Amino acid sequence: MRIMALLRQVLDAQETVRVADNKVDLDGRKLVMDTMDEYGVEEALRLRENGADAEIVVVAVGPARTHEALRAALAMGADRAIHVETDAALDVIALSSVMAQIARAEQADLILCGGQQADWDSQALGAATAERLAWPQVTWTRALALNGATLTGRHDTDDGVASFTLSLPAVLTTQQGLNDPRYPTLPNIMKAKKKEIRKDTLEAYKVTPKVKLQGVAVQSKERLKRILDGKDAPAAAAQLVQSLRQEARVIQ
Amino acid sequence: MILLVVPHAEGKIAKAAYELAAAARNIGRAGPVTALVLGDGVAAVAADAARLADQVLVADLPELAEFDAELWSTAVAQIAQEGGAHTILIAASRDGRAYSPRVAVKLDAPLLEDVLSVQDRNGALVAERLSFLNRVTETIEAQGTVAVVSVKPGAFDAAPPAQEAAEQYDVGLQLPPRRVTITSKEKEDTGRIALSEADVVVAGGRGVGSPEGFTQLIVGLADQLGAAVGATRAVVDAGWRPYSEQVGQTGKTVQPKAYIAVGISGAVQHVSGMGKSGCIVAINKDRDAPIFHVADYGIVGDVQQIVPALIAELRK
Repeated sequence: MRIMALLRQVLDAQETVRVADNKVDLDGRKLVMDTMDEYGVEEALRLRENGADAEIVVVAVGPARTHEALRAALAMGADRAIHVETDAALDVIALSSVMAQIARAEQADLILCGGQQADWDSQALGAATAERLAWPQVTWTRALALNGATLTGRHDTDDGVASFTLSLPAVLTTQQGLNDPRYPTLPNIMKAKKKEIRKDTLEAYKVTPKVKLQGVAVQSKERLKRILDGKDAPAAAAQLVQSLRQEARVIQ
Repeated sequence: MILLVVPHAEGKIAKAAYELAAAARNIGRAGPVTALVLGDGVAAVAADAARLADQVLVADLPELAEFDAELWSTAVAQIAQEGGAHTILIAASRDGRAYSPRVAVKLDAPLLEDVLSVQDRNGALVAERLSFLNRVTETIEAQGTVAVVSVKPGAFDAAPPAQEAAEQYDVGLQLPPRRVTITSKEKEDTGRIALSEADVVVAGGRGVGSPEGFTQLIVGLADQLGAAVGATRAVVDAGWRPYSEQVGQTGKTVQPKAYIAVGISGAVQHVSGMGKSGCIVAINKDRDAPIFHVADYGIVGDVQQIVPALIAELRK
């Protein structure tokens, strides 16, 4: 079987956000494989280690630098990568068309992708890709097992956690708590340098953007930052309660 | 036609339905507004929906007893196409965000996801939404006239229900077989005020030390304040608290008047779920914890001493 993991390269969560030229400025910033996508790569490796006879292909659409994220996934243990290189900013519905076309060409059986990517805060890529392939989907997976062609697991819903079962092919979205992604070892990093990253151009996929970005603004709220020393707990508590009652007026 | 998919749970219409109605009224597009109710045993939901739309379409079917992204997206796309809907409004809950992308693909339409605002500008929908872990507001424009919009919970003030009830019509649907089987559900009902509804939230992290410490300190302080209880991902993963209390990127996004973070370091994934709160209070032993950068008030100290002192002070 073939497992496809979809990746995005995003701003490291610890980096502050800066805006230039009416978009978020990523030049010279620390960029990483999206952590939610990383759980997908790790889960693919674990399914294989638990007995699935699977080739693991990682796929990303993005500018030249995106190959770093793909290389990181190869160093974790993925077999090969496909990089659709473009500077165009695709919305999620347009991107899902590229991903579905690749999944068809690769005859993928299972697609894993992050539940919500940290750049566009979108949860839609997995579901939109599943719809294009006419496959079922499960979002926010927190436990997964594969037995033959049957997937079982648990996932988060609006009001709790549900156990599910479905048959391949399918799309699953991944999140923190599903597994602990491994760190690439030095030998695996060396090995990854020899693995294939196939380059593609976006033109071949004939997609039209459906959403246009008009502009961005950084959200920041100035905070008071009145921080007290708590060595004398009762005194600090009394002062805080007074501030919250009389100044902020947020408690009775 | 504006198609509004009515969110509901346990036989009751959800607050988000009235927020969608407000979005529909503000959007600046010609009506009518059609509410669509999907489910099993949803007569009461449909009756309430009749007071927030010009007409109500009801599919009350046993097949729709349990949410499924394929069934829901098929139903919504079918009704949208039959009615010539130009705008499809869906609540951006987990479920809503799981099926709205499928509706967009079926209709070959753009998706405006988890929006804070949405309005027609010269025939195209323009919306604001958050990105980069809720740190950036982006303005986006849908290409084409038909658009699927998922609306962030709490972004709109609930529209008041109308005096007159609109007509209800039963609709037939051609639904595909269900392919994802739900074998069991663990509902997490803590019997407390819901996180999304509370004016004050008291939240705890690993810094409270233990499940007992959480109960004593966080629940104790929340009880004193009539507040909801929140937790970090680490606390939920450790099994100390139910997932329904989780605040952050993978949990709930809250915006209470006051958010009191106890023993929480303030990882960006957590802050993305509470950073818009009116007033943020941090209590942590580590003066360098990032939570203090987003706090209005704070105490650097041992939570085991500070929180009991706070409870005592509030009792005075």
